[in-house]
Amino acid sequence: MIVNDNKIPDMPPPASTVGAVGWLRKNLFSSWANSILTVVVGYIVISNLIPLIDWVFLTSDWLGDSREDCTSGGACWVFITVRLEQFIYGFYPESEYWRINTIFVMLAGLIAALIFEGTPKKGWLGAFTLLIFPIIAFYLLYGGAFDLEVVETHKWGGLSLTLVLACVGIVASLPFGVLLALGRRSNMPIVRSLSTAFIEIWRGVPLISVLFMASVMLPLFVSGETSMDKLLRALIGITMFQSAYMAEVIRGGLQAIPKGQYEAAMALGLNYWKSMGLIILPQALKLMIPGIVNTFIALFKDTSLVLIIGLFDLLAIVQAALSDPKWLGYSVEGYVFVAFVFWIFCFSMSRYSQALERKLHTGHGAR
Amino acid sequence: MPADLDQSSAPASKTKFWNDPDKRAILFQIIIVVLVVGTIGHFVSNALTNLETRGITTGFGFLSQSSGFDILLTLIPYDATYTFGHTFVVGLLNTLLVGFLGVVLATILGFIMGVARLSNNWLISKLAMCYIETFRNIPLLLQIFFWYVAVLGPLPGPRQSIEIGSAFLNNRGLYTPAPVFESGFWFVVVAFFAAIALCWYLVRWNHRRQDLTGQQFPIFWSSVGILIAVPLVVYFFAGSPMSWDYPELKGFNFKGGNVIIPELTALLLALTIYTAAFIAEIVRSGIEAVNKGQTEASHALGISNAKTLRLIVIPQALRVIIPPLTSQYLNLIKNSSLATAIGYPDLVAVFMGTTLNQTGQAIEIIFMTMAVYLTISLLVSAFMNWYNKIMALAER
Amino acid sequence: MKKLASVAAVSAIAMGLSAGAQAEETLDSVKSKGFVQCGVSTGLPGFSNPDEKGNWQGLDVDVCRAVAAAVLGDASKVKYIPLTAKERFTALQSGEIDILSRNTTWTQTRDTKLGLNFAGVNYYDGQGYMVSKSLGVKSALELDGAAVCIQSGTTTELNLSDYFREHKMSYTPVVFDTSDQTVKGFEAGRCDVLTSDQSQLYALRIKLADPSSAMVLPEVISKEPLGPVVRQGDDQWFNIVKWSLNAMINAEELGLTSANADEMSKSSTNPGIKRLVGKEGPKGEGLGLNDDWAFQIIKQVGNYGEAFERNVGTGSPLKISRGNNALWSKGGFLYAPPMR
Repeated sequence: MIVNDNKIPDMPPPASTVGAVGWLRKNLFSSWANSILTVVVGYIVISNLIPLIDWVFLTSDWLGDSREDCTSGGACWVFITVRLEQFIYGFYPESEYWRINTIFVMLAGLIAALIFEGTPKKGWLGAFTLLIFPIIAFYLLYGGAFDLEVVETHKWGGLSLTLVLACVGIVASLPFGVLLALGRRSNMPIVRSLSTAFIEIWRGVPLISVLFMASVMLPLFVSGETSMDKLLRALIGITMFQSAYMAEVIRGGLQAIPKGQYEAAMALGLNYWKSMGLIILPQALKLMIPGIVNTFIALFKDTSLVLIIGLFDLLAIVQAALSDPKWLGYSVEGYVFVAFVFWIFCFSMSRYSQALERKLHTGHGAR
Repeated sequence: MPADLDQSSAPASKTKFWNDPDKRAILFQIIIVVLVVGTIGHFVSNALTNLETRGITTGFGFLSQSSGFDILLTLIPYDATYTFGHTFVVGLLNTLLVGFLGVVLATILGFIMGVARLSNNWLISKLAMCYIETFRNIPLLLQIFFWYVAVLGPLPGPRQSIEIGSAFLNNRGLYTPAPVFESGFWFVVVAFFAAIALCWYLVRWNHRRQDLTGQQFPIFWSSVGILIAVPLVVYFFAGSPMSWDYPELKGFNFKGGNVIIPELTALLLALTIYTAAFIAEIVRSGIEAVNKGQTEASHALGISNAKTLRLIVIPQALRVIIPPLTSQYLNLIKNSSLATAIGYPDLVAVFMGTTLNQTGQAIEIIFMTMAVYLTISLLVSAFMNWYNKIMALAER
Repeated sequence: MKKLASVAAVSAIAMGLSAGAQAEETLDSVKSKGFVQCGVSTGLPGFSNPDEKGNWQGLDVDVCRAVAAAVLGDASKVKYIPLTAKERFTALQSGEIDILSRNTTWTQTRDTKLGLNFAGVNYYDGQGYMVSKSLGVKSALELDGAAVCIQSGTTTELNLSDYFREHKMSYTPVVFDTSDQTVKGFEAGRCDVLTSDQSQLYALRIKLADPSSAMVLPEVISKEPLGPVVRQGDDQWFNIVKWSLNAMINAEELGLTSANADEMSKSSTNPGIKRLVGKEGPKGEGLGLNDDWAFQIIKQVGNYGEAFERNVGTGSPLKISRGNNALWSKGGFLYAPPMR
């Protein structure tokens, strides 16, 4: 028997299917219709992109201190750079900026540590972020303790107020959301129907009406002299609203836990709260993180609605700056800046949640 | 543990009631009810005392008072002599108008973008991705302001209007000729409905024939033909009972014709583009959820790409698409309340805004407004659930 | 468990009952807090507007400062709460603020049905129209068919509708939430006419890129007496606010200013001045204030004329003439009851 061990080398694939040419043929010019589409759409994109890049970068002005410095005909980013501090800190006294900066740094550090895979004692860190950090942040922001000057909430504004609204909204709605979700899955008919009604009512009305209710009606519901801060009222409204959405995310997570886990917990003789707290919720919470991040994104975008009840969040403060007679006519720059800031936050969070989902998904496949 | 054993060996009648889950549940629920009723009662009695001590008038009597203000856009006859009750209806109709148009437009754009996202043309797919990732990550309110202030704001004034045929575009809106129906026009309306009935019959006939013989009839084009031709023929036979009312520049503004106000345009653009970005993602994941074998099988049968999508993939994908689509529709309707920020006279702007201010009756007005949105939400989800059931039944 | 349930039930009922307890008097609560809570606008030049450093200034703000000077002896002890037109009445009703001083028109509905009391008038205003000069309009009667920008939820909206109906003219209402938005709409050409109280029109005009391109038409179509508002049912506080304003007006009449207050209070023999500064006459007793309450107002805030000139008059960018807001003795409407 003749055995030929010399394998004939593979022929290289045709030149038209590999490399740049192949990629182009496959992805852009696979058929006549596709080729025409590519050319037409490509032309439209390029003819719009070039002036856009030109406006944003090439002929724009970045430095200066008045509108006279905007001479090149492109975007006038001077408007943003001049007022950047106000956009970030609102009307917070300048000498106290360090307090907000400290919170920013702490928050960024905590979040980075929580996202990073190898952080030890993540559970404790998470608990610290959710329970202790808000208290520290409150005293830093508001003052009134440790010799810090009190800064009234109506001086808060800009990006820092946006972050306060979004973070408080999400952290405060977490416990309510857990209770409501458990209530909706409960066997007790009254508890179940009350939770369901609460969730569906808040999910059925627009946030703006909730904010109106909080700002106009809430004061009539509390007794006599106890007057509530405007920001606090907005936060109560947001938390109520957000709890309903949070409850649905948590319910989704609870449903994803196999029934065997519930039964096993019961078989071990654990009571309801123990089986929930020790067996079900720890597993479910992990599954819920993408959902929670997604509701956080939605809330983060929705915080811009507070401008309608007269709080100066990032959008509102830019909007106010646009009516400054010295800077009339730069609305596009203002809106593009706000859009960019929101986009950076939302896009990175949505990427994070997608990555998490993918990671969790493989876990499911393996089971 | 020993204690537990002890108890389980004891007769059932002697079980302490807190160890009996059923009784415990009842007690727990009683506590909850007492707490909830107590809290609500507390708020209500507070509100009543507050209203009482401050001498604020209550009740729904204001609904029959005349409003005294005018509204920019009204779908029913309305002026300042009408009542606050009418104001409520005007606002509600404006909300429904923007909600309905928004849902239709967002669905169309969303499906186009969702399919484009899966296009095998790299440029198209990346473009769709850019669209989705940009617009769904920017707050809607900002987008509304952007379209209203930065895009529609700089349009020229009425005297320098852009002419498009006999329509005019300026910063007060798009003025188009409006049809004026004369007495004989109802013939055309009747003819139109007759044409619809005819098409419906045609579709059924085609189904039966296809089931029997496998032959197909160009049902789409023939229906379009019937829907256009029949009313058109009747229209000419009835002696063209319709004329056009052209907009004309008189004094400050255009008069006559139909006007689409920029507030509506900006709101619709923003709502459509924002919601369609979410719908596109839903459509994409819905289509991806359909087994690839389905597409391959269809191609193997020699069915064209477009037909595969329309007849094989989308009907199956719809089952996955509809539930999340419903919540997007609900979001769109609820988000239309942001109209108040640019002065489009929707329910929130007209009723919870102006009427609340003129009457000062916060509680009644906010409850009415919230009840309306809640009702709309429940109706839309009921409708979509019903539709979802139909789609699910079609599954074999 | 049973015990717990009954405790819960009892406490729930108790909560419900305790709500009926009466609110404490405003004066006492202001004194114990150490500041006056004052509702102002979110920014209206001349009336209530924060400067670059965040200090509130304006004619309406000066009323709040006067009350703080009278009650606490320090005009700076005011906490300003910016409110939109929508929020203003509930904020007062709910006790979030002690005085509403936010160019609010005195009307019967507001005075009688909302549980509020108007403590006087600090500015006699009237609704007017502002148009772009390029339109060539000379009178409001030529405005048939115009698009009009207005702020929602104001008496302005109602007057506008009345005026056009009365003169059988048509118009398109373009309604915005804030006065800022109305100016922007006017500037962008969304509407031909901007309508508001005349004082506001002047204030808003300086927000235009080119203020000289717009003009205020001569017609005044309504009466708009603007003044501070307090809650109904607290007569003492009502009196304090009313007389703080009256003291400012009387001081102008007597020629007492922040500059000469010290000297006049020592040396003047004019019985009117002596009563005003608390050396004679009714003093502060009836109001529950110190005897020098009015002196503190004049020393720290100034008389009405000073406040007017500083905020909206010739000393300000608004340059509004006194007109109706001059003293009665000089052809205006300002007439404060005598302090004796």
